[in-house]
Amino acid sequence: MIARWLAASLFFMFIVVAWYLVVEAHIWSPLLLPSPLSVFKYLRFAAEDGTLWEATLVTVRRLLIGYGLGILAGIPLGLLTASSRWCQDTIGVLALGLQTLPSVCWVPLALLWFGQTEAAMLFVVVMGTLWSLIIATDHGVQTIPPIYTRAARSMGSTGLHTWTHVVLPAALPFLLSGMKQGWAFAWRSLMAAEIYVTILSGFGLGHLLHYGRELNAMDQVIGVMLIIVVIGLAVDKTLFAPIEQFLHRRWGTARQ
Amino acid sequence: MAASEVNPANTVSSKLVLEHVSKSFRTRTLTVHALDDVTLRIAEGEFVCLVGPSGCGKSTLLNIIAGLERPDRGLVQANGEIIVGPGPHHLVMFQEASLFPWLTVLGNVLFGLKLINGLSVAERRERAEYFLELVGLKRFMHSNVHELSGGMKQRVALARALAPNPSVLLMDEPFGALDALTREQLYGDIQRIWSQHRKTIVFVTHNVREAVCLGDRVILFSPNPGRIREEFAIPLLRPRDINSVDLARYSTEITRVLKGYVQAEVAG
Repeated sequence: MIARWLAASLFFMFIVVAWYLVVEAHIWSPLLLPSPLSVFKYLRFAAEDGTLWEATLVTVRRLLIGYGLGILAGIPLGLLTASSRWCQDTIGVLALGLQTLPSVCWVPLALLWFGQTEAAMLFVVVMGTLWSLIIATDHGVQTIPPIYTRAARSMGSTGLHTWTHVVLPAALPFLLSGMKQGWAFAWRSLMAAEIYVTILSGFGLGHLLHYGRELNAMDQVIGVMLIIVVIGLAVDKTLFAPIEQFLHRRWGTARQ
Repeated sequence: MAASEVNPANTVSSKLVLEHVSKSFRTRTLTVHALDDVTLRIAEGEFVCLVGPSGCGKSTLLNIIAGLERPDRGLVQANGEIIVGPGPHHLVMFQEASLFPWLTVLGNVLFGLKLINGLSVAERRERAEYFLELVGLKRFMHSNVHELSGGMKQRVALARALAPNPSVLLMDEPFGALDALTREQLYGDIQRIWSQHRKTIVFVTHNVREAVCLGDRVILFSPNPGRIREEFAIPLLRPRDINSVDLARYSTEITRVLKGYVQAEVAG
């Protein structure tokens, strides 16, 4: 465990040092590649005056609400498409088609429909999450060995009980990968929306990124990018890793 | 000793009655007559083995008794009542790994018990532990399914099928995927459990020796259309050893008859 931590720390320290050395070599203008020190200085400054916290809060809130809505709608819809030929031919095909649409394409529509509001942001995030979750759930349910539902039925399980006690848990490995993919898509769509659109109800990390570019403040751009990466890692470790560990333990799919 | 005599099915009240049961499946290119006019009576506490080559409809018959499929024609009764659907009175133990990987061993055995009304949490737990003890796996009750060997998995499946106290236990080639040694152990277990609990068991297999080792009666099926061809009473004392010479005499005879039908099928 300690060895793993050590290896990871050394690796990231090496990256920062290499970055520092490249900057010191003065190959590119500091406008293009700021030094890690100035990025760190920006982060400290933005943390002290509160803009960083506020932007993070705004973005994470949008993300969690939109992602939550996407999951709440996506899993039941995926169950529907998996259980009915008719839903498969309608909702299923719709999901398959819209999933290929880059979620940034929803931004103009969201603006027209909802104006510069939170609703527009949420709409884009939900559109980014929903379709891949429908497809993952559908795929997961269809991949379940039929023996599970037969065994459950023979023991007297019917209807809703079969869905909640057999189909959903059996599809959990697929649901998880769908949720992870949905999370990644939610991030991408929200960043795209925040970079393109100024929303008066709150400035998110995407806005900070955007203004950093406008002001030629590369330290700000890279600083915000770092924050985005850190949040993504933190969510993976706290939200998905426990489910993954449960899967590995129960299903016996551990990698070691 | 657990000396058991054959229950002549027609003199005792029948636990399970099938009359003129037919079932066919339509695929895109042909119609398969899985079962054609099958009539069968099984007495309370009887151990009946259905034997035949694959495709002779024996698994279909089991699914019909389980209520998982409906017959096209004919009558299926258990305890004097027509079977309309699946339920804990006639449980199936399948060939393949049908244990739920998202539950522990105990969770799997509890699954069926939770579907029975009127049992307290403590009673369920007690019953689950009792049947895990019976199959010799109580100390594995908190294990995950993937940690068990193939034989242990089928033992848990047996405990899961027995726990809701079904009046008829249906077994669909439950030992088909196991190695010979493990299988022989399980023959011993299932005979011991059967003599203790006297469940009515319908056991499907294509292994004649296995059928002779376990059954009071061996019923021979032939395919296309699936029909009952012959019946053999096995009046051997229990517990039976699959390697015994007495047993071999019966299985040789039955195998010879079975081959006759299969060859007739190929020639025809």
